[in-house]
Formats: sequence, C-alpha cells, structure tokens
Amino acid sequence: MKKGRVWKYGDDVNTDVIFPGKYTYSVLEPEEMARHALEDLDPDFARKVKPGDVIVAGRNFGCGSSREQAATCLKHAGVQAVIAKSFARIFFRNAINQGLPVLQSEEAVDSIATGEEIEIDFSSGKIKTKKGVFTFSPFPESVLGILEEGGLIPYTRKKLKGKK
Amino acid sequence: MGKTFSEKILGLKAGREVQAGEVVTVSPDRILSHDNSAAIIKEFKKLGVKSVKAPQKLVIILDHIVPASSEKYASNHKTIREFVAEQNIPNFFDVPNGICHQVFSENGFALPGKLILGADSHTTSYGAFGAFSAGIGRSEVASLWAVDETWLRVPETIRIEINGKLPSGVYAKDVILKIIGDEGADRANYKAVEFTGEAVKKFSLASRLVLTNMAAEMGAKNGYCEPDEKTIQWLGDRAKDDFNVVTSDPDAVFEAVLKHDIFSLEPQVACPHTVDNVKPISEVEGTGFHQALIGTCTNGRLEDLEVAAGILKGKKVHPQVRVLVIPASRQEYLKALKKGIIEILAEAGCIILNPGCGPCLGAHQGVLAPGEVALSTANRNFRGRMGSRESEIYLASPATVAASSIEGKIEDPRKFL
Repeated sequence: MKKGRVWKYGDDVNTDVIFPGKYTYSVLEPEEMARHALEDLDPDFARKVKPGDVIVAGRNFGCGSSREQAATCLKHAGVQAVIAKSFARIFFRNAINQGLPVLQSEEAVDSIATGEEIEIDFSSGKIKTKKGVFTFSPFPESVLGILEEGGLIPYTRKKLKGKK
Repeated sequence: MGKTFSEKILGLKAGREVQAGEVVTVSPDRILSHDNSAAIIKEFKKLGVKSVKAPQKLVIILDHIVPASSEKYASNHKTIREFVAEQNIPNFFDVPNGICHQVFSENGFALPGKLILGADSHTTSYGAFGAFSAGIGRSEVASLWAVDETWLRVPETIRIEINGKLPSGVYAKDVILKIIGDEGADRANYKAVEFTGEAVKKFSLASRLVLTNMAAEMGAKNGYCEPDEKTIQWLGDRAKDDFNVVTSDPDAVFEAVLKHDIFSLEPQVACPHTVDNVKPISEVEGTGFHQALIGTCTNGRLEDLEVAAGILKGKKVHPQVRVLVIPASRQEYLKALKKGIIEILAEAGCIILNPGCGPCLGAHQGVLAPGEVALSTANRNFRGRMGSRESEIYLASPATVAASSIEGKIEDPRKFL
C-alpha cells in the first residue's frame, strides 16, 4: 500500500493546461518541466505538490496534444499516480511510457475529495479512500514490465541489451 | 463476419486475422516527427544503439517554430539536421516546406492501406487518404526508431454518416465542429472514426482532411475516409510507394453508426475553452476579438485561402483586428500566389506569414496577451494554447474568420456571399 495526498480536478483536463505549448520545445529537462506542471489549470500546484501525491480527475484526462511532457512533468513533480474516470489515449500511452501509473476507476473518483489521503495497492489493484475500497483492473504483464523499468526507454534499452 | 478497415490494415501488418480489442505488435510503414525530433533524438541516444533501424521509414518535417525564433529552437533544428545527415535519413523537410501534415500528404507518404505513426496528435489526418494513422509520444517514437515495432490495440470503429448537401457559406469545418459539439470531446476515445455518406464523397481531399484532422478532437485514435476515384486521382504521381486500397466490409461490425444531416446546417463556432463547446453562429455573432488566424493543418490549404479571399476581395480588415494568414505549405502558398489570392489578402490588410504552425501552439508569430481573444481556423482552443492563460480562442471556418475580420466581431459569412 502506498499513501498519497489528493489533488482533485474535473473533466477534460487537457495537455495544454498540464504543460503549456509555449514550453514544449524550449524546456527540455524533466526537473524544469515539473516546475510548469498544471500551470494553466492550477498555478499553485507545482509549488505545493509533494512526492507521492496523487492526481484524481474526471473523464478524458490528458486530451489534446501528443506531447509526452504532460506525463513527464507530473512524474517529475513527484506524482505517484493519476486516477481518472477515463484517459485520452495518447496520454495513457505516454504515461505508461514515462513510468507513471494511470488508474481508471469511476467509483473511486466520485468518492475522493481534494486534500484527502488515500492508499493505492498496485499489485492487487485497489484504491482505499475514506468512503471505501475500490478496484481498478491490474495492468497487463507487458505494461507492468514498462512501469517496473520506469518507462519505455529503460525498458527498450534493457530489451536491446538482452538481445546482444 | 466482415471486418472494419482498422481490423484489416492492422491484421495485414500483424500477419494474422485480428478483431477489435486485440493487441497486435506491428511495424509501421512510416514514422513522422517534427521539431520534437530533437527531444526524440535525446531519448534515442539513451537506448544504447548507434543506428536507426529503418531510416527510410522516417519522415522528419520542421514546422512548429520555423524559422527558429530563439537560440534554443535554432539549436534544436541544428541537432535534427546533424542527426539526419549522420543517420542517412532520406526524407527530411527543412523549414521552408510547411506544416508536417500537409507536407507529408503532398509528398505522397499518406497512402491507402498504410500504417503511419507520428509524434503529433493530428497524425489522424492521413485517414483522409485511407491510411491507418495515429499519434504517439516521444519515447515511443525513439523506441520505434531503434526497434521498428510497437504494440497497438485494434480499435473499435464508429461510423459517422454525413448526409445532405452543404448549404452555401457552410463548409467541412462547420460539419466537423457540429459533430464534435453533438458527440463530445471524448466520444471516440480509443476508437477509429470512419466518415462516410454522400456529403463526404462530394468533399475534396482538402475538406476530408479537415474531418480526419479533427477526429483527434473527439479523442479518436484514427480517422478514415474510404478512398475513391478522387483519392486515386489526387495521389497521381505523388504516391511514394505502391499501395492497396483497404475498406470496411459491408457486414463489418461497428461500435456505433451515427447519422448527421447537413441540409440545414449553419456556420458553427467552437467557444472557449473546449472544442466541443460548439454554438451556431447566430448565438455568438457580435463577439469581439483581437486577432484572427487563417491557416494551420486544419484549414490552411488553397481552398481555404480561396474562400477567405472571395470574402475579403476589395474589402479591408477592421482596423482593430490583426489578421494572420499562414498557408499550410510552400506548395499551397505558391498556388495561392499564382492565383492572385495572396495579393487579395495582403491588399485587404492581412499579414502573410511563412508556411508553418504559426501561433497555433502559442510559441511565436502572434501570441496572445492577457485578455485578448482570437478567432482561428485551427483545431484546438484550450486555455492558454495561443499565449496567455487569460486569453480566449474561438474556432471557425475560413469563411467565418474572413467575414468576421472585416467586421471586427464574429460575423455570419453568409452575409458576404
């Protein structure tokens, strides 16, 4: 079980408010990306986020651009997971490829309030909130492999090394 | 049981019969990237391989911030040029060419039945030519450069049947905005969207590109229009490779079939700050704005510039607005130039910029100040996208943007026809 404090947002949180387009080709270091995380949605977030915090949101989280920095900036800001009612597909892939767990549970989202401390058990697929325990489908093995290696780049590097 | 075009194309690439919901490992025909190639190169170098596995598959097009507006952007471009030379990547398009989706299409890389993956969310565009094309992220492209394969889930397909004839003053952009407004920004999440119906058949390839480009704004993995004679004719000598047309079987299983009639459609406008916040023009007429943009991968082609020029001919842009015109590519720019369209637009007071993405993503060439409002032919109006977090973006057709530019407030283009 991993504990985390919640930042809760609504539906359709898009990649432009997670990581503004004006930084996409000028900010290249993950630590600097983290300083702009959620800048146009919640200007306080980047200053106040703590390692292990969890983002909870409604439908279609991460819609819009394919910019991977939307996942990178959250991961490097210390976010341990994003729980949403649903995810936009490119963000979903990018998050896994960055080693950021993305969990889908409509019921859990409805039960969680901002600022609340919740617990996540990644191996059994459970989210414990004040109002109860909710499940999310555990990741398929291939995805779990990428998450365990910390993202697609370290995962592919390891795979390529094994081939040599 | 019949199959959808997605099941067929991904089945061909996987070398077996597949159904929606399955995960396949595939090797794409083409891999697109743009200015973000600099960041992809950085990731690629972490992989411990020296060479790109299939350099002939890569298509790299510089378009996002061209020419470079700062030392940092210039360095990115330089890194990309050096990598292209070092890895012998044959298909590189430097800053003069234009927006990646237009350049990729007009150079014949977007072909029926092909699997195209690109580091840009509007990679969905190439479905206008009958390809399966989807956007992916940077790590994934870096990994593809090294291993030339990735996994894809075979999407369910939503078929959108568009029937009727476009009323005068109404365009493909209005059609797709209405559909996104009705169906919502996540209606097609993870799905393929096939645009069909008599209206789509009548659309030019440029208009079909508007549909598949904006399929991304419904969350779609890919968009698609069935190739027909028009498609084959358009491809003509452009096609870079042989291709086979792949279409959905008549008895294919669709997740949903949505019908949209356009007989009495009026011009549509997407209001701040989401693309599905769509209203008919009658509800937003009179809204003031400061900057207009005619261009982008959605609406910067010859037919768009032609419509805008038709309205602006002999007129003047309102003194309180700035109107930016950005042809989608150098080829489209030249065509418009030869037809006298550029002259008409410049005479009217428009600012003609070089082909590229321009201020669509808020990086250069006309970003917005706090409190400013833009009216744009682009595909996205998210908060802060074109500059300040305190600015607003309305999306509309080139006709609506041109008519509104004369009045200095949102105006119904049908009054100018």
